[in-house]
Amino acid sequence: MAELSKDELLEIYECMQLIRTFEDRVSGLFAEGKLPGFVHLYAGEEAIAVGVCSHLTDDDFITSTHRGHGHCIAKGVEINPMMAELYGKETGSCKGKGGSMHIADVDKGMMGANGIVGGGGPLACGSGLTAKVKGTDQVTICFFGDGASEQGTMHEAMNLAKIWKLPVVFVCENNGFAESTPVGYHCSAKDISDRATAYNMPGFTVDGTDFFAVHEAAGEAIARARQGEGPSLVECKGFRYYGHFEGDAKAYYTEEMVADFKKRDPIGKFRQGVLDRNLVSEAELDKIDAQAKQTIEDAVKFAEESAYPALEECLTDVYVAYA
Amino acid sequence: MSKINVIQAIRDALNEEMAADERVIILGEDVGRIGGVFRATDGLWQKYGDNRVIDMPIAEAAIVGAAIGAALNGLRPVAEIQFADYIHPAFDQIVNEAAKIRYRSAGGFHCPIVVRAPAGGGIHGALYHSQSVEAYFCHAPGLKVVAPSNPYDAKGLLKAAIRNPDPVIYFEFKATYRTVEDDVPEDDYVVPLGVAAVKRQGRDLTLLTYGMMVHESLQAAEMLDKENVDVEVIDLRTLLPLDRETILTSVRKTSKALIVHEANKTGGLGAELAAIISEEAFEYLDGPITRVTGPDVPAMPFAPTLEAAFMPSSAKIADAARKLAAY
Repeated sequence: MAELSKDELLEIYECMQLIRTFEDRVSGLFAEGKLPGFVHLYAGEEAIAVGVCSHLTDDDFITSTHRGHGHCIAKGVEINPMMAELYGKETGSCKGKGGSMHIADVDKGMMGANGIVGGGGPLACGSGLTAKVKGTDQVTICFFGDGASEQGTMHEAMNLAKIWKLPVVFVCENNGFAESTPVGYHCSAKDISDRATAYNMPGFTVDGTDFFAVHEAAGEAIARARQGEGPSLVECKGFRYYGHFEGDAKAYYTEEMVADFKKRDPIGKFRQGVLDRNLVSEAELDKIDAQAKQTIEDAVKFAEESAYPALEECLTDVYVAYA
Repeated sequence: MSKINVIQAIRDALNEEMAADERVIILGEDVGRIGGVFRATDGLWQKYGDNRVIDMPIAEAAIVGAAIGAALNGLRPVAEIQFADYIHPAFDQIVNEAAKIRYRSAGGFHCPIVVRAPAGGGIHGALYHSQSVEAYFCHAPGLKVVAPSNPYDAKGLLKAAIRNPDPVIYFEFKATYRTVEDDVPEDDYVVPLGVAAVKRQGRDLTLLTYGMMVHESLQAAEMLDKENVDVEVIDLRTLLPLDRETILTSVRKTSKALIVHEANKTGGLGAELAAIISEEAFEYLDGPITRVTGPDVPAMPFAPTLEAAFMPSSAKIADAARKLAAY
């Protein structure tokens, strides 16, 4: 924590709080019936997206998942178009064509949330290959869940990244459940990072609710990738507050688990950590909380006041040129 | 008889077949403890246990591959792909293994699996929760493909599919799950594969469709009835093999064919239907074979306005039928 400046710490807190506020608000909007479609919320996993993406610039790339709002915000995607995208409005990041599960932003190196579990692994390798061929120092992060770790695509991707020594970091967000199925059942390994041994790459498991642990492990992996030393696998163990999707009855959560989540809250932990060390003041953090609320309310207003896309938009963006 | 919806019909068919035949097992993501994301297998794990209702990792190739291997060794697996949009990792297993094993073993092995997959739009699922992928599988001889539109057929076709000795891909149009109800007999029955149903008799044109679009088509036919256009609506029910006799008998009677499906137009099932009609009933035709389909765009867009623009509707179908009838 020592190497982070006060401004950086405040930025990190702001980013995590923006994600949390966004997700809590989206949960409410979904319950009110204001959002068409399904949403998968990231609340509880903020330390992972922010711990990783705080090492990246707009020139670096990430691939994301169906639970992608946190990755988008941490990678710098603007909040207003994100919220508008969830409403399916023409001012959305993808002009309303994608929705929650498919937010992408070329300018920010956000290669897309992805409705297909395990869809991002090979894409991350392709992005890493480009950096290698072009000789840039761009890094690609592949976020994937514990569920995706059982898809063949993820195994193919990790093998490929290693044989080609690609600047890719595989960040496994192990929130304990593949939809409703517990990791202890669906995964053969004790830790998912153990599989790194099979690909002959460095593998680590860190506490995904501890920003500083994620930040440190990701920082080392990203530095190796940038220096041409190839891929790593970082497993971040955490939890999600919400169900797999909004509307999920969460029958697989016990009361004890939920009570434990609250004790492990990544934002609470970060807040307490920086306050205990007198690195920032409570007033500064409270101000950020209030600003985050305002930012999200503004985004909701922006989205609600935006128009739906014109019907002709159904037929556009299919080809660059039709011949 | 009892009034049930499509999802209940599917659950009843699974339950009855499992009770009747201990070789029947279910594999899929979240199918066990929570009973599937659409509740199609609700209560079956509690009743039949771990060995027969099997929660799977998120790994579709493994779900279908394991089903195929189990079928080759004497079980009757029903694999659930949570959304048809997720079927593609299993495409190789379905098309290269399941469809071909009987042929390449010269009849030595057969592969009695059912792959259930919820398909279609209309529930704001956007790109990866709305696809209609049936045409890919209709291009693979060795498979059978069914797509029920209502609870009676859903139950009867699923029972027939489970008892069938060949691999059956069973597409459930999820927009019908809780919107379509029927009186369904409590006694055992099957709806045979390969047999279409004439849902409405008519003189002026033949409307060929399946799945959710049966309901939009029937609505369109009612609208046109008031304009003295008499539409015959055929629910194909089985897409591979097609019931050529019912299709051709109808087209020879009406001389006009309108084809409706949600999937996009190019290379869709409508193209095959049009080709069959041209080849077999050309001299009976008195108008262009016409298709009302989803547009040729890569997937269902998310915005509600765009989803509505994508989906064929009773109004769009009625417009096309009106034009064709007047031709």
